[in-house]
Amino acid sequence: MKLKLKVWRQEDAQDKGGFKNYDVDGIDGDMSFLEMLDVLNNNLVNEGIDPVEFDHDCREGICGSCSLQINGEPHGPDRRITTCQLHMRKFKDGDEIVIEPFRATAFPVIKDLVIDRSAFDRIQHAGGYISVNTSGNTQDANSIPIDKQDADDSFYAATCIGCGACVAACKNASAMLFTSAKVSQFALLPQGKIEAHERVLEMVHQMDKEGFGNCTNTGACEIECPKGISLENIARLNREYLSASVFS
Amino acid sequence: MAGISKTSIARKVAMALSGLFLVLFLAQHFTINFTSVVSPSTFNEISHFMGTNFVVQAILQPILIAGVVFHFVMGFVLDVRNRKARGVKYNKFKGQANSPWVSRNMILSGSVVLAFLGLHFYDFWIPELIHKYVETNPDDPFRYYDETIAKFAGNPIRTGLYSISFVLLMLHLLHGFASSFQTMGVNNKYSSGIKIFTKAFAIVIPMGFVFIAIFHYFNNL
Repeated sequence: MKLKLKVWRQEDAQDKGGFKNYDVDGIDGDMSFLEMLDVLNNNLVNEGIDPVEFDHDCREGICGSCSLQINGEPHGPDRRITTCQLHMRKFKDGDEIVIEPFRATAFPVIKDLVIDRSAFDRIQHAGGYISVNTSGNTQDANSIPIDKQDADDSFYAATCIGCGACVAACKNASAMLFTSAKVSQFALLPQGKIEAHERVLEMVHQMDKEGFGNCTNTGACEIECPKGISLENIARLNREYLSASVFS
Repeated sequence: MAGISKTSIARKVAMALSGLFLVLFLAQHFTINFTSVVSPSTFNEISHFMGTNFVVQAILQPILIAGVVFHFVMGFVLDVRNRKARGVKYNKFKGQANSPWVSRNMILSGSVVLAFLGLHFYDFWIPELIHKYVETNPDDPFRYYDETIAKFAGNPIRTGLYSISFVLLMLHLLHGFASSFQTMGVNNKYSSGIKIFTKAFAIVIPMGFVFIAIFHYFNNL
């Protein structure tokens, strides 16, 4: 199939940037979206033009690197997938595809479609951990009974890959779904309760400091999340935060 | 507790609490207004009580005004902050693919409701203040029904404006009422029941206000 691509090009963080139009031919429906971009980049290199920079690593939907806004949606028109799992069969011959970086003040563009998502790392560093001595005398995790539902909910929260689609989809560029998942994965387990108050206060403080917007419960983040992280986590984050604010 | 009022969650909780307070007021306002349809004398009686009772006038009314002002000011503050958080706008943003229109346009529906409040104050609150405190008219417990009806009788424009405003209020509540529970951390086995109740409330109460306005318009042709 033949496609018209409208791709965001930006030299560096200081550059104003703008859209460039490219035509790509010979795209197979079984190709992934990133493979289609590989074809585009091959063409550009052959023409002596700088290839389009985009983030990618595992190409298996695990690492969360491939952050692209495709035709107005994070990771494109499919659900519960990352961009690397999006197949070109979702598009038709002659389609125009608009490709932009995830937009948020807290996610500045580094080059073309590559953004700096280290704000997520700093939120995680602020409290997304438990302090356990692991120097050889660690207690077996199975010796602490945990309710099955809590264990499952914690596991589901922990499946967040930090891709940033929640921020990209939210009209307010809010990072509440990400932060709530990272708080929930500990808040539900006895191991996480010791530092619960400190954790939620610090992580929310860091989230605000990074310049993310406020959650207005539109639910867009949950729909666009490749891992299906639930809005229940945001409600839990709110409860944890209010509790920590009152009792600590 | 230090700095709690400055965090995004605290601001959202304050927004939710003020919204829930206004929902309670709306239910009370509707109940009183509805008596104008079924019993003018009851409407006069309750209106006279609300207009002359010390607790209502000196304590509850200032709290209500503070709640209304806070909700609107905070709504605009949050909207400005949220726009700033996006920074560069998307060339293409398909919001309709993942979220309802009402949830993405709370500032629009809220602004229409704010404009309506201006009209409502011009119609009822300011004349009431002039009647009581400027003209210092003698107490008349039987004037409220006639004064209310006079606003809608033979006035299709005002009746239409009220109806449109309440449709926008319905849209605002369809998202806002349920959303306030999520913000307060309520997302559990009762959530589906809460959603049904809040959506029913969001439709029935504003449409009830529309019915009252249209009823008095047609009843006085």
